[in-house]
Amino acid sequence: MNFEYDSEQNDLREAVAGLLGRAYGDSEVRRKVVGTDPGFDEKTWSRLAEMGLLGLPFAEEHGGMDAGPVEVAIVAEEIGRVLAPEPFIEAVVLAGGLIAAVGTDEQKGELLAGIAEGTTIPAFAHAEIGTRWSPSASAVTATRAGDGWTLSGAKEPVPHGARADVLVVSAVVDGGTGLFLVQGDASGLTRTGYRTHDGGRAAAVRFEGTPATLLGTGGDQTAAVERVLAEARIAYTHEAVGAMDTALRTTAEYLKTRKQFGVTLNRFQALTFRAADMYVSLELARSTALWASMVQEAGGDVVSAADRARLQGSRAGRHIGKEAIQLHGGIGVTAEYKVGHYTSRLTAIDHLLGDGDWAADRLARTVGDQETVDPIGAPYAG
Amino acid sequence: MRLQLSPELEAFREEMRTFFTTQVPQEIRDTVAAHRHLTKEQYVEAMRVLNAAGLAVPHWPVEWGGKDWTPLQRHIWREEMQLANVPEPLPFNASMIGPVIATFGNEEQKARFLPETANLDIWWCQGFSEPDAGSDLASLRTTAVRDGDDWVVNGQKTWTTLGQYADWIFCLCRTDPTAEKKQRGISLLVFPMDTPGVTLRPIELIDGGFEVNEVFFEDVRVPAENLIGEENRGWDYAKFLLGNERVGIARVGATKRALAQAKEHARSITVDGRTLLDDPRTAARIAELENELLALELTALRVVANSADGKPHPASSVLKLKGSELQQAATELLVDIAGPLSVASFAEDGSDVPDWARVSAPQYLNYRKVSIYGGSNEVQRTIIAGTILGL
Repeated sequence: MNFEYDSEQNDLREAVAGLLGRAYGDSEVRRKVVGTDPGFDEKTWSRLAEMGLLGLPFAEEHGGMDAGPVEVAIVAEEIGRVLAPEPFIEAVVLAGGLIAAVGTDEQKGELLAGIAEGTTIPAFAHAEIGTRWSPSASAVTATRAGDGWTLSGAKEPVPHGARADVLVVSAVVDGGTGLFLVQGDASGLTRTGYRTHDGGRAAAVRFEGTPATLLGTGGDQTAAVERVLAEARIAYTHEAVGAMDTALRTTAEYLKTRKQFGVTLNRFQALTFRAADMYVSLELARSTALWASMVQEAGGDVVSAADRARLQGSRAGRHIGKEAIQLHGGIGVTAEYKVGHYTSRLTAIDHLLGDGDWAADRLARTVGDQETVDPIGAPYAG
Repeated sequence: MRLQLSPELEAFREEMRTFFTTQVPQEIRDTVAAHRHLTKEQYVEAMRVLNAAGLAVPHWPVEWGGKDWTPLQRHIWREEMQLANVPEPLPFNASMIGPVIATFGNEEQKARFLPETANLDIWWCQGFSEPDAGSDLASLRTTAVRDGDDWVVNGQKTWTTLGQYADWIFCLCRTDPTAEKKQRGISLLVFPMDTPGVTLRPIELIDGGFEVNEVFFEDVRVPAENLIGEENRGWDYAKFLLGNERVGIARVGATKRALAQAKEHARSITVDGRTLLDDPRTAARIAELENELLALELTALRVVANSADGKPHPASSVLKLKGSELQQAATELLVDIAGPLSVASFAEDGSDVPDWARVSAPQYLNYRKVSIYGGSNEVQRTIIAGTILGL
């Protein structure tokens, strides 16, 4: 067991931190970027592609870097650290991850290279109003039409669904869940984009006899969706760790400089103790997130590990997000100061793919199955 | 980054597991599993079994019985010991005075004390806290005044854990009342508990047990050679000792054991046609605790990996803080599962209340101590805020 990054991983972090730090080190720049569509900077997206980050987890033969979950985690954490709005997890880990997991060789060859080059941005259209965090589809139905398929129904909210060049859509087929590709300019496709509270973008996506291509070779893909959702949950937890780290640092810095009653706020134990508790939450979440990535790397039970990371990350995100604002006072609630944006992003991450209570419920259902949890034993060691 | 243990460490873990589950008397392990107080003889027997196998003081220097293990090996050793319900080597000996003498004592003191300390031939107790010096330990007022070849000790210590069994005490005394900083005038003396002028008064705790004591000193004559290290440097040794005390204080293995017991007992209580383990609220509560414990264990593994120089990592305060909270949460869970049965604490023969339920409330009450000793959790927050966050 080893929690150390190797030198290549440290180099990767430095490079990503450098690029994103230059882009968003000034939080006003981020504010401007998220204020206009598509909600991120296409130039920064190209630079991420040039660095190879957009193909990080894909096979080399498909234009990728063949890197593992720890490398993905490093990028996600650095994204969280400066709240970079680029849809790395949405396009690369989630939609790209599904294409890599179930696509045919031809589909992988065509789409993954485009994603890696930054020319194709995919999004995963999966969430449906009236249900949540399920690995299966119910509100969109796929129907055979000659050689192809058509889709009918609605998905919402679809992160970056309006900007996406291609959608990976989950749909009911033969009583199970299939995955389909829909081009952005397909007929019968309506996308209504909007801003999300954290500066991101999402869309209502409606299908009315929309032509679609089957992703992969058919059959029920619920397990593949569950697995890729788990990988994205882990990546989001790393993004949250990066965001929490900055929120705590920013708060500690503020306590050292802001004066009230003639002294800096760090003279008040009522405040410093709360900052100490934030640190405890952060480090526990960080450990769990790192472990979940190692489980993924080792081929262990990534779904369960992701639930564990999500639970710890959710509790920590809420704790740190709320306290960061409270310890700042009124300025923390303003859009003009950066700390509140971190709380907003943590709140979005918490709700996109499953929150803490949801993860706790899932873990509770099997709590009696094992006597104790062994982080390096079954089912996590692979 | 790597999840699995190396094959060598995997073998090491297996070796520890086998030793602890086969070589330490079952009756002693059952007592620990049942959360009953161990007798003095049980503590001594367990530590001697460990010491005979070289497993009592692996963190000491090799020449005094240490193992030169990596921090990760020590972690595995401790975790496996707790999982197997083996009583840990007496902390006053193994983690406190032993390392202090090995580091700061002279050669005569090392030869005189260390072998007997490792084998629990000497049972040590801790003379640190005083009625007016708790978290503010440096305010201690017990004095030692030089008189010829002796120190003469007067004053009072308190919270002296298991002092009723102790042969010797290590005692912080004020030797220079004129020192500019109160930390500067303190020395560390050791002396037998049966020295004339030493008296001990047991303090009953809210669980009905007797763990801690007050110790009074009235003109206790201590030979000068019983000073450990340098005169007036006792505060440095105390800080060193307390740092060591925090390592391993997360007690992850012990809490894992308690949660496993909670699951087992939750299966034995049926409410509205389903067991407590099938009750979603109870199951979620256990799942949540189990997850926090996992996070703590992983953090402990990260911290031990980064403290190779032997000094406690500042984040070890996180381990103490969260570790104590989870130990307390586990005892609270057990008393809640026991429900009304938990009031039968002092039932004897003739009661059908199972043993685990009888001890659950006393244990819950007793465990309020873990967020107070070893540097209270408020002291840990002060360390985190100051040392780590720079506040």
